[in-house]
Amino acid sequence: MKHFDILIVGAGPAGLAAAHAAAAKGAHVGIIDDNPLAGGQIWRGGPEQQTDPRAPELWQALRRADNIEFLQQTRVMYAPQPQHLLVQTPDAAHTLHYKKLILATGARERLLPFPGWTLPGVTGAGGLQALSKGGYPLQGKRVVVAGTGPLLLAAAATLKSKGAHIVAIIEQANTLALAGFAFGLLATPSKITQALQLASQLRGVPYLRDSYVHSAHGDGTLQSIQVQRGVARDQETLQCDYLACGYGLLPNVELAQALGCATTQRDSQTTVAIDEWQRTSVEDIYCAGEGTGIGGVDLALAEGRIAGLAASGDKQQAKELFSHRAGWQKFAARLARAFALRPALRTLAGDDTIVCRCEDVCHGELRTHTAWRSAKLQTRCGMGPCQGRICGGATEVLYGWRPDAVRMPISPTRISSIIN
Amino acid sequence: MPDQLINLCIDARNVSVPAGVTVAAAIAMNGSGITRLSVGGHARAPLCGMGVCQECRVTINGRSHQLSCQTLCADGMNVVTAGEVAA
Repeated sequence: MKHFDILIVGAGPAGLAAAHAAAAKGAHVGIIDDNPLAGGQIWRGGPEQQTDPRAPELWQALRRADNIEFLQQTRVMYAPQPQHLLVQTPDAAHTLHYKKLILATGARERLLPFPGWTLPGVTGAGGLQALSKGGYPLQGKRVVVAGTGPLLLAAAATLKSKGAHIVAIIEQANTLALAGFAFGLLATPSKITQALQLASQLRGVPYLRDSYVHSAHGDGTLQSIQVQRGVARDQETLQCDYLACGYGLLPNVELAQALGCATTQRDSQTTVAIDEWQRTSVEDIYCAGEGTGIGGVDLALAEGRIAGLAASGDKQQAKELFSHRAGWQKFAARLARAFALRPALRTLAGDDTIVCRCEDVCHGELRTHTAWRSAKLQTRCGMGPCQGRICGGATEVLYGWRPDAVRMPISPTRISSIIN
Repeated sequence: MPDQLINLCIDARNVSVPAGVTVAAAIAMNGSGITRLSVGGHARAPLCGMGVCQECRVTINGRSHQLSCQTLCADGMNVVTAGEVAA
């Protein structure tokens, strides 16, 4: 069994910042991540590859430290006893012991069902961006990027750089909300620079505001989509090879819940409840980054650093970062307000539209249920291998209910990892 | 070494892909991109790209239910998808 003073789950910006801060205090640090390379989603493919200079700087500092151990392609299964985690790699299983645990499990996309969304060729927005960074072939492909939030612009810019032809970017937020958000960027000048860079990379790409994908069509794979623009009477048809569609981000709170950490509702998200030191309701467990509420890379870096310092006992230094964190928390709140989902998105799924993709459960079977539990018991919704992580975000928007508990193991686990 | 090639086998076909490419990408480079069939028999392809949705599951070296979006191609790897069944 391996022992760590501080064990961190997630090697994105929050996890790396926490590791850097904790290692500088002399702690023996371990970082678990389920991807082949560190960086999380925003720095996917390795921090040394990123244009954001903070990524390679942080990475070099971490590589120089001899008290940090990276455990890549490693997933947490469950806690066999307090301060222990059972983890699984593609080939083996191990138990890790920690004194303090920092959860930096990031976020996933909220994916909403609409007719045709299960066709091959329909992906998440960040989803296709992530796939493209892993070499997914997009050269010359016609791609529509749709959904909501600033991620659409970042995803479109990445896909374009990989050779895709971006047919259009379709944003459900209306002009007024977008103008308000743009005005709010005055408080965060670095975001204006970023926005201008994206705008220049995406010059000539149609940006359709106040619009959303109504349905996707194709014989076997995606061929076209129908787009609703505002309250126009007729829909537009766009031909495309890929539709990258995501409706914002959802905090990954499942591991925290499995460990008994309390959650709270904030900006209509379920988030891990924390105090000013990033401590959860469970002794010796901290949480930083998107798990505490969607806020982006800057907030994640600040929270990670505070968590790393607080977990290693330097509250004084952690406190110096509080005002910096507060600034980015305001940005997060503006983000949530501007890109709130329009009610029409709840009405897209037809009775024969699949909502739970693991178990092929349709909207018509689910819409009469009043709670997650009864839907699960009677339809198998959420009982497949994603364990409700995709359909739970959809049922929350469609019906107002989502998974009410986490089952262990929290990821599909080999029998041999449990019985050895 | 971006110009290094990895040789692997996808659905009984020998293919070469650049080093650093995921199995999900290699499947899309060499066919329809379909990874699995749903419980209702419908073809599915990667969705979330980040190891959450489980749509990209394939069999790698005889081990089923491996996430192709989080696995890098390696020399001699044997990948089986549901693509041929779906076609």
